[in-house]
Amino acid sequence: MSDTPAVHPDAAPGNAYEALNEADDPRWAFGTGFTDPLAGVDTSLPPGVDGADLAAYCLMLGDDALIMSHRLQEWCTHAPELEEEVALANIALDLLGQARLLLARAGTADGTGRDEDALAFLRDPGEFRNVRLAEAPNGDFGHAMARLLVFATWRLALLDRLTASRDPVLAAVAAKGVKELAYHRDYAAGWVVRLGDGTAYSRERVYEGLSAVWPLVPELFAADPVESRLADAGVAADPAALRAEFDAVLDQVLAAATLTRPPVPSEGPALGRGGAHTEALTVLLEELQSVARAHPGARW
Amino acid sequence: MVSRARERGRAGEVAAAVADPELPMLTLADLGILREVTETGDGRVVVTITPTYSGCPAMDAIRADLSAALRAAGYADVEIRTALTPPWTTDWIGEAGRRKLAAAGISPPGPAAPRAPGPVPVALGPVRRRPACPNCGSGETGEISRFGATACRSLWRCQACHEPFEHVKEI
Repeated sequence: MSDTPAVHPDAAPGNAYEALNEADDPRWAFGTGFTDPLAGVDTSLPPGVDGADLAAYCLMLGDDALIMSHRLQEWCTHAPELEEEVALANIALDLLGQARLLLARAGTADGTGRDEDALAFLRDPGEFRNVRLAEAPNGDFGHAMARLLVFATWRLALLDRLTASRDPVLAAVAAKGVKELAYHRDYAAGWVVRLGDGTAYSRERVYEGLSAVWPLVPELFAADPVESRLADAGVAADPAALRAEFDAVLDQVLAAATLTRPPVPSEGPALGRGGAHTEALTVLLEELQSVARAHPGARW
Repeated sequence: MVSRARERGRAGEVAAAVADPELPMLTLADLGILREVTETGDGRVVVTITPTYSGCPAMDAIRADLSAALRAAGYADVEIRTALTPPWTTDWIGEAGRRKLAAAGISPPGPAAPRAPGPVPVALGPVRRRPACPNCGSGETGEISRFGATACRSLWRCQACHEPFEHVKEI
């Protein structure tokens, strides 16, 4: 027995793998139990701000980011080049980070104390508040770039206004998000120009993608009652006020891409914001939530 | 931001020396994410950090590394807080950090572009500033991809020595 390695018997775990997990140390093994992204942040409600409305609004913005992130993640191992694969994954990661912060903010604002995991994994499709643009199924690369251009242009204009929100947490998340969305938009714009001003076929594909996305655009500028109330209170941005900036950016990019706007209705109701979603969201959430639903409270 | 050694207590020195998990040639102080380290007595320390990117997956590792280093230094009670505002910028990477990046073959960031009033402009043209090659110093470099192994790095190629290199993106 003198050859036994010097392990203190009281400290010895059952096996080598468990040894890596001692004291739940995330340096050695990945698993559940991410740190609250708002740890140590003052999450008290500003005076006069309705907590339920603020929570609903943060869910809207958080769900947009979470669902769009998932659609971008679906490109992993499917992108045309390694560089685009890495780019799409990076953009998805930024949006996932924004979603975590916004869902965590929602959980603190409504007083339920639900954490980001409860909100991401344990709500049903009708409780999601994302715009339909985010949940539409993926098409080809031309479609992906058209959708990302529209999404990032709209969200950048939105978050840029929210940097002045009366909710300091929302304002801080927005200020960070603006920097990230600026390069997401540049990336998508660059590809829309390259594809649109490329070959006859690349042009056809990106125009078809733009045409598929375009009917989902009017919803981005329609206000849900929660958005209207919070915009009046200086917390949210009025979606209708984003349209001029959105149009100017799209015109600039489409002109460089030698593309024209698809014909569209200019107005439409705020469907996703009220929980009216397409079948595509149900299918997406079945995958996104499958592990958390199958093993409630699991840790590994 | 904790910037000068004489302003730091002992806990501040320990926290400042913790290495970044993704760019281990940099300390957390070099990276500029360490905002405040406060010793409140009885072995308690409160550390405030600012995330580099909204989704930076290294944040949990950084928190764990900070806790482990401070516990090893004798602080029994370590709390890590997040400060979201003002948002982190590469301008907070100091001179020492820039030298260490360059010495490791990674092109350090230039100054972050100041925000002009009005909407954020779309950048459709080529990148405005080309970083010099960290291997041979040539200014004849080209961007391969705006996105690299981590959110903070882009991929470049030197047209003089033909070596690829990474550049820490200005943000």
